Amino acid sequence: MKKLLTVLLALTLVGTMFAGGQQEDKGDQPLKIVLLVKSLGNGFFEAVADGGVEAAAELGNVESIYMGPSSATAEGQIDIIETLIAQRVDGIAISANDRDALIPVTKKAMAAGIQVISFDSGIAAGGRTIDLIPSVSELIGRQQVQLIAELTDYKGQVAVLSATSQATNQNAWIEWMYEEIKDPKYKDMELVEVVYGDDAADKSYREAVGLMQKYPNLSGIISPTTVGVLAASKAIEDENMKGKVQITGLGLPSEMQHYVENGTCGQMALWNPVDLGYTSTMILEALITEKVAGNEGDMIKVGRMGDVKVGTDGVTVMGTPFVFNKENIATYAAMF
Amino acid sequence: METNKTLANESRLVDENKGLKNKIITLVTRWEGMLALILIGMVIVFSNITPYFLDYFNLMNATFTFMEKAILALPMIFVILSGDIDISVAAIIALSSFAMGFGSSMGLGTGEIIIIGVIVGGLAGAFNGLFIIKFGIPPIAVTLASLSLFRGISQAILEDQAFTKYPEGFSYFGQGYIKGTLIPFELVFFLILAAGFAYVLHKTSYGRKLYAIGNSPTAARFSGVQVDRIRFTNFVLNGLFAGVVAVLLTSRIGSTRPNIAQGWELEAITLVVLGGVSITGGKGNIVGVLLSIFLIGYLKFGMGLINMSAKVMIITTGFLLILAVLLPVIMDSVKKANKLRYQRRS
Repeated sequence: MKKLLTVLLALTLVGTMFAGGQQEDKGDQPLKIVLLVKSLGNGFFEAVADGGVEAAAELGNVESIYMGPSSATAEGQIDIIETLIAQRVDGIAISANDRDALIPVTKKAMAAGIQVISFDSGIAAGGRTIDLIPSVSELIGRQQVQLIAELTDYKGQVAVLSATSQATNQNAWIEWMYEEIKDPKYKDMELVEVVYGDDAADKSYREAVGLMQKYPNLSGIISPTTVGVLAASKAIEDENMKGKVQITGLGLPSEMQHYVENGTCGQMALWNPVDLGYTSTMILEALITEKVAGNEGDMIKVGRMGDVKVGTDGVTVMGTPFVFNKENIATYAAMF
Repeated sequence: METNKTLANESRLVDENKGLKNKIITLVTRWEGMLALILIGMVIVFSNITPYFLDYFNLMNATFTFMEKAILALPMIFVILSGDIDISVAAIIALSSFAMGFGSSMGLGTGEIIIIGVIVGGLAGAFNGLFIIKFGIPPIAVTLASLSLFRGISQAILEDQAFTKYPEGFSYFGQGYIKGTLIPFELVFFLILAAGFAYVLHKTSYGRKLYAIGNSPTAARFSGVQVDRIRFTNFVLNGLFAGVVAVLLTSRIGSTRPNIAQGWELEAITLVVLGGVSITGGKGNIVGVLLSIFLIGYLKFGMGLINMSAKVMIITTGFLLILAVLLPVIMDSVKKANKLRYQRRS
């Protein structure tokens, strides 16, 4: 047994010697920017990774690394962040499984000189510099009215098919829809009613049919929820109202591909994961190279996305949701 | 004459060869030897492909990612060695962490929270033990039920909320280093515990009785071993240390959610089985488990360093585990075949 131990010890020493010869200096190495997502095997996050690669190619001096735990847990993400600290990456953008649990380890990362931001699902202030959120209520609400107006030629009665009556997000967006439609360019349009499908496919479907029966001159439905916009599209086809009643909303490309391609739904919107990955990588590069400090009020240049402004507590809004139509839906349907 | 001499020479040569061969066979068939070889092979491979592996700070810091699971594995050795199983430990962590978060939100201090965490863990373990021993329900059924129950309590009350307010100073246990060094507190704490468990397992009658129970509970009972009491104690210990792990984990991440430590029961069992403890009980030792803890821990760390996907890591662990279960079986049959051949020849 003693002999064995000696041999093992010797082997380890030899290994150490090899390792010693491998120290590299960081001089002209590309910046390592990591996109750490909630879990692997999710199409949405694969698309985020594509955005990171796109930004890296544009920036030139960046290596985009995509990582995530095998199941969506905070512990899994923490383990990964520990290894990222160990290999001294330059920046990490995280879609967090827990807004609080990651703070101790991201603080450790920041203390080690790594830039940390969060996107999509944020980390609480203190555990990152910037939290990138896809959009804000005002931009979402106003855009929904613009989309339906383009489809109905700025004319006629429009109704909203929402999620539940208590849904905080949707209610905030609908308030901004009422605000937007006050603009004189919508003078021939009227927002007649808001109904609630409770994010259930069958109830949303019935509410959509009900709207078409109640308002024979209805020209459009806005459904700012993925369940609603899908159910309403089906209702319009079943009731033979395609072309007479337009539909737009916030929809998942994979679910809506059929209706967008056959023209039932002329266009719809949602935040685009590719843009999230792209913008996160761009922001991190700007922070690492000290182009900006990331303080409130700073403007950050984000390539094709224009400029974004850092808000209170580092919350930064990416922009208006991405618009999907006949031309681009197939590409994104494959992703999420 | 001459032919005889050469024959004798030859046979000596054969004997020498056989001796060496036997040594290698015993080394490899001794599971710990095998694990040590894999561990060293792994260290050499990772040191050569990434400069960040053999780095004192990194090697120390990486232990944060697996010390809690390692502590879970220690009392699990006792449970598995005596032929039982406990798949509720991760749920006990969730319950225990929930109790600590609740206590903290009521304004309790660090010391009190820790006591609550450990006691809740112990009680949960006693709950398991009671149903298994008193009512004679198979441990897999009882702990399967309590797995849902314990985590369910936390889920029902917390829903999508979390306890995130913990007292000042509480974070030391999971995040702190021994003063003036880069050695994590968790690592030192684990090594002390491991020494304690090693002592009990290999130097006391309690340890010997565990082997006896694992080999045959009936025989053990007839030889005067208080089988029920020992099995009950094992489950209480398992719960108690799940409570200890809950303290460390909650301290490390500073947040209690119902899905905390999800899936850790299987990781702890993996460490024990990979460490050479027979899943049917009666066989195994602490050295093997210690080796498997550092092997799996640093393997995951190393794979993370070279940005290997989490999926590959899972497959690798699965592969090692199958090896751990299969190899002793294969070796046993090889040994038996050899013995048979030897007997036939003589």
